[in-house]
Amino acid sequence: MNFRWEWEVFLRDTGGGETYLHWMFSAWGWTLSVAACAWIIAILFGAVIGTLRTVPSLLLARLANAWVELFRNIPLLVQIFIWYHVIPSLYKPLQEVPSFILVVFALGFFTSARVAEQVRAGIQSLPDGQRYAGLAMGLTLPQTYRFVLLPMAFRIIVPPLTSESMNIIKNSSVAFAVSISELTLFALQAQEETSRGIEVYLAVTGLYMLTAFAVNRLMAFVEQRVRVPGTLGAAR
Amino acid sequence: MAMIEMKNLSKWYGSFQVLKDCSTRVDRGEVVVVCGPSGSGKSTLIKCVNALERFQQGEVIIDGISVGAPGTDLPRLRARVGMVFQHFELFPHLSIMENLTLGQIRVLGRGADEARDKGVKLLERVGLREQAEKFPGQLSGGQQQRVAIARALAMDPMCMLFDEPTSALDPEMINEVLDVMVELAQEGMTMMCVSHEMGFARKVANRVIFMDRGEIVEDALKEDFFGKPRSERAQQFLSKILHH
Repeated sequence: MNFRWEWEVFLRDTGGGETYLHWMFSAWGWTLSVAACAWIIAILFGAVIGTLRTVPSLLLARLANAWVELFRNIPLLVQIFIWYHVIPSLYKPLQEVPSFILVVFALGFFTSARVAEQVRAGIQSLPDGQRYAGLAMGLTLPQTYRFVLLPMAFRIIVPPLTSESMNIIKNSSVAFAVSISELTLFALQAQEETSRGIEVYLAVTGLYMLTAFAVNRLMAFVEQRVRVPGTLGAAR
Repeated sequence: MAMIEMKNLSKWYGSFQVLKDCSTRVDRGEVVVVCGPSGSGKSTLIKCVNALERFQQGEVIIDGISVGAPGTDLPRLRARVGMVFQHFELFPHLSIMENLTLGQIRVLGRGADEARDKGVKLLERVGLREQAEKFPGQLSGGQQQRVAIARALAMDPMCMLFDEPTSALDPEMINEVLDVMVELAQEGMTMMCVSHEMGFARKVANRVIFMDRGEIVEDALKEDFFGKPRSERAQQFLSKILHH
């Protein structure tokens, strides 16, 4: 095989007064922004919806179920298109909203359904006695969740949340579909303009891997920090 | 005067009736032990007292307040009823001291210092002062159960409920927990205890209730219960557990 690497391609000017390297890093910034904002939404909504799925109120539990089923049974890409094309034409004020926001909500809600499932599983894995003990000392049900159930449930689900946090970085690549200038869109456009697809894709792949790996290490650190003394695997 | 009064309590899980028309009372300062074979409804009965379990028929009245009535402020009522569970149910992510102060601060509105002082006193009382900064997972079962009793006492309860407090413990740890309970009984605490510890019952109980298949079969003074149980089922039960 007679292939010649041409990494200098990243020093070429894009025609807009910046190099492809610049562009790539700014695209990386968009990827991180989409993922981070969507993650915050996913955790907030996931915590609330997952909690509601375990409360005694049938109505609230059903609403939460509906949320989960709605957002996890539709492919992410289709959801993005619905947010971008369908909802704004049904509800005009949304046409003014930047597509970045729409993508963040689409990805955030999609992931919130998955986080909600983990939160629910985490809460349900706790013995019933924990809920009883909280209520028996006079805590209200919300206080029992806040001080007793959720702190333990979240500790239990750190490992699956790690996967979910890594997924959200990778899933943010669908934002290219609505022209957010993130890494995947950069890769598509840059390889077309430069004809150096191999270098471009490899560089982008590297950045995705680096980011996901960094998230993984960060979550491992969090897991270590919140570990409860006296439980399996904890440093005494 | 009745601290806890149950009137014709019935409860169903679906079509299965777990409690059948149970009536009894625990007077102020009285210690009542509830025993019976497993599945007889003892734990369900005691959980109905502070409405951790809902019941469909009948009435439970604590200190004059009906537990099942729609307007009852359950958290407030529960705060005045201490409860100790079979599996301790300390909060594993909180230190021993935080376990003791959580309810005082969040429910009773005490300041952190006041709650801590109270916690220290109670830990001293159950002999675990040095363990205050440890976590539940670092303590033995007997120690955890003593902390659980201290946690309940931290709320200054008017009565205490014990749901098989020693049945998850290794034999050598049972006595350290029973000792604390005996002391509590001798101080005049109103107590309702689901327990198979007949030695404990003999020592401090005023009355013994025997349950079988969701019914209160026998509700007798301690002397009568151990002397001449009226029902055949209670006799059988006693002969089985007192055999060794």
